[in-house]
Amino acid sequence: MGTSRTTDLTVDQIVEIYRTMSVIRAFEDRLHGLAKSLPGAVHLYSGQEAVAAGVCAALAPDDYIASTHRGHGHAIAKGCDVEAMMKELHGRPDGICGGKGGSMHIADFDRGMLGANGLAGGGVPLACGAALTARQQGTGQVSVAFTGDGGANQGAVLESLVLARMLDLPVIFAIENNGYAQATPAAAHFSGTDMAQRAAGFGIPGAVVDGYDVIAVHAATAEAVRRARAGEGPTVLEFRAERFHGHMELWDDQSYRPDADPERLRTESDPLLLLRSRIAEGTVAGPAAFELDRIDRDATALVEAAVTAASEPFTADPRTLLDHVYTR
Amino acid sequence: MRTITYQQAIGEALAQQMRFDRSVVLMGEDSTNAWGPTKGLHLEFPDRVLDMPITEAAFVGAAVGAAATGLRPVVDLLFIDFATVAFDQIANQAAKLRYMAGGRISVPLVLRAMWGTGLRRGAQHSQALHPLFVHLPGLKVVAPSNPYDAKGLMAQALVDDDPVLFLEHKMLYFMPGGVPEEPYAIPFGSAKVVRPGTDCTVVAIGRMVSVALAAAEQLAAEGVQIEVIDPRTLSPLDTSTIYGSVERTGRLVVVDEAHPRCSLATDIAAQVAQDRFAALRGPVRMVTGPHAPVPFSPELEDAFAPGPDQVAEAVRATGLVKDAAVRSR
Repeated sequence: MGTSRTTDLTVDQIVEIYRTMSVIRAFEDRLHGLAKSLPGAVHLYSGQEAVAAGVCAALAPDDYIASTHRGHGHAIAKGCDVEAMMKELHGRPDGICGGKGGSMHIADFDRGMLGANGLAGGGVPLACGAALTARQQGTGQVSVAFTGDGGANQGAVLESLVLARMLDLPVIFAIENNGYAQATPAAAHFSGTDMAQRAAGFGIPGAVVDGYDVIAVHAATAEAVRRARAGEGPTVLEFRAERFHGHMELWDDQSYRPDADPERLRTESDPLLLLRSRIAEGTVAGPAAFELDRIDRDATALVEAAVTAASEPFTADPRTLLDHVYTR
Repeated sequence: MRTITYQQAIGEALAQQMRFDRSVVLMGEDSTNAWGPTKGLHLEFPDRVLDMPITEAAFVGAAVGAAATGLRPVVDLLFIDFATVAFDQIANQAAKLRYMAGGRISVPLVLRAMWGTGLRRGAQHSQALHPLFVHLPGLKVVAPSNPYDAKGLMAQALVDDDPVLFLEHKMLYFMPGGVPEEPYAIPFGSAKVVRPGTDCTVVAIGRMVSVALAAAEQLAAEGVQIEVIDPRTLSPLDTSTIYGSVERTGRLVVVDEAHPRCSLATDIAAQVAQDRFAALRGPVRMVTGPHAPVPFSPELEDAFAPGPDQVAEAVRATGLVKDAAVRSR
């Protein structure tokens, strides 16, 4: 499994990567308590922050990502506005999608965020399409297709591998193996294979990467981005990082996970703590611990301000129900 | 006006718009070895006619993503039956992306597909699945019945900013008709009165338009003048033209080769019954394919699709002829 002991990332880049992870963690753990007062389904990303942060740090602002039902982390890492996201989760008309999308459909094309997706694997072909646009127009943009270990088994995803190879699309398949497809263990449904092996069968380079190690995630993605921009086509990356929370808030007692497994993850496999320890031991050039503490406090304050703003009274005009079905 | 075929008319609309708009790309299986409307387009536009592997879910989805990021893809599904393989990408992605994003994006995508009975292709290559797609908000559904409309409606589809399902009836491909060479667009939601009449409104789509016109000849010999209306676009549907006609004739027959349940026929019948009940002077009749798959055997397939006799019988059974027997399907 791909890990990384050294990196060329600068202190400023490390600060930004840590800040992204910290905001995602604050956002998701705050939602853990808030979910019962929100409409709809919420799928939390805590534990997987290094994947979104590491991947998106290797992208340019106008590159594309397509996300999943567990998409808050990807959206934050791609630069979506945290307050507008929180408002969307409340169904507000001033949400990032005007309240029409919700948690599973957060999108912001201006930031290259093609949308969370309610269908497992559903966004992967869309990401290939954005890559096709880039290829046809010669823009040099790349596109990242996120999906989970469960979604990776979808026909649409496997078909997308065929398509991406045939057209040499500038696309990166970012398979987040968080251990479970809802409650079915990845070890069972992957049948002892991994996505790098599967990619080889499609003629696509692939790697399995430690998804708690943001440095390794960034390095693997940066190489895939280089290949894509050079016209060398797609790459498959399987990132392994288990989620701390259940599949979905207020629904999942996680009885399928070994006892205390989530708690062990928080102490042994927290990507933020791992980056802190790498900085502390000097293998990654980063800021002093007190500066990281300040970043954490700022992230908490940012999220709290978003919750406050999103909790203001509002009304959604029923007449807007029919807006945006068609362009005209 | 010169005469060309239905498939040539579609191809001409594509070629003319591709010369004008570089963002139009064609995607499909065997695109560079095409036999139908797109035959030869790869020679003029080698960089914009893209062969796809047999991966409908992937390439329809990719077309959706491409449409949302700056291209105008025209996807050839071949047979509408194959759309079922890509149904998530059509129903959940293409139709809903704009709405879910709060209107901040659009999906200017054209999905082309052959539809309908008559080619002896059996149950999985002969369906009339348009009701499934008319049901979905966010999609537009177009079904031209002749070469002139085929060119004008395709020209409109290629400048429309919403996803359009463009249904080409396979038995009309070699139908000749007068088609102007210069580009023109037919707006969506504009039905055409194909034959004016005073006694009964007959709404028919696709190949059924010519079936309705044949029935009109039979009925004219009996002194009954039917008004044949071709909606041309199924979504949006021009209800005002249909309502206006029913207000004058007081009678309605809907003809469609799709299955009868939850169909375009039931939809039009229900809308008229709800909104123009007072204008009706007899029962609304529907002439459709049966609630059965399309059979292979030529004799059975011919029995599947409505013919002029059934349409004429249904017209009589709207109360025009008191003892007309309605054939039960």
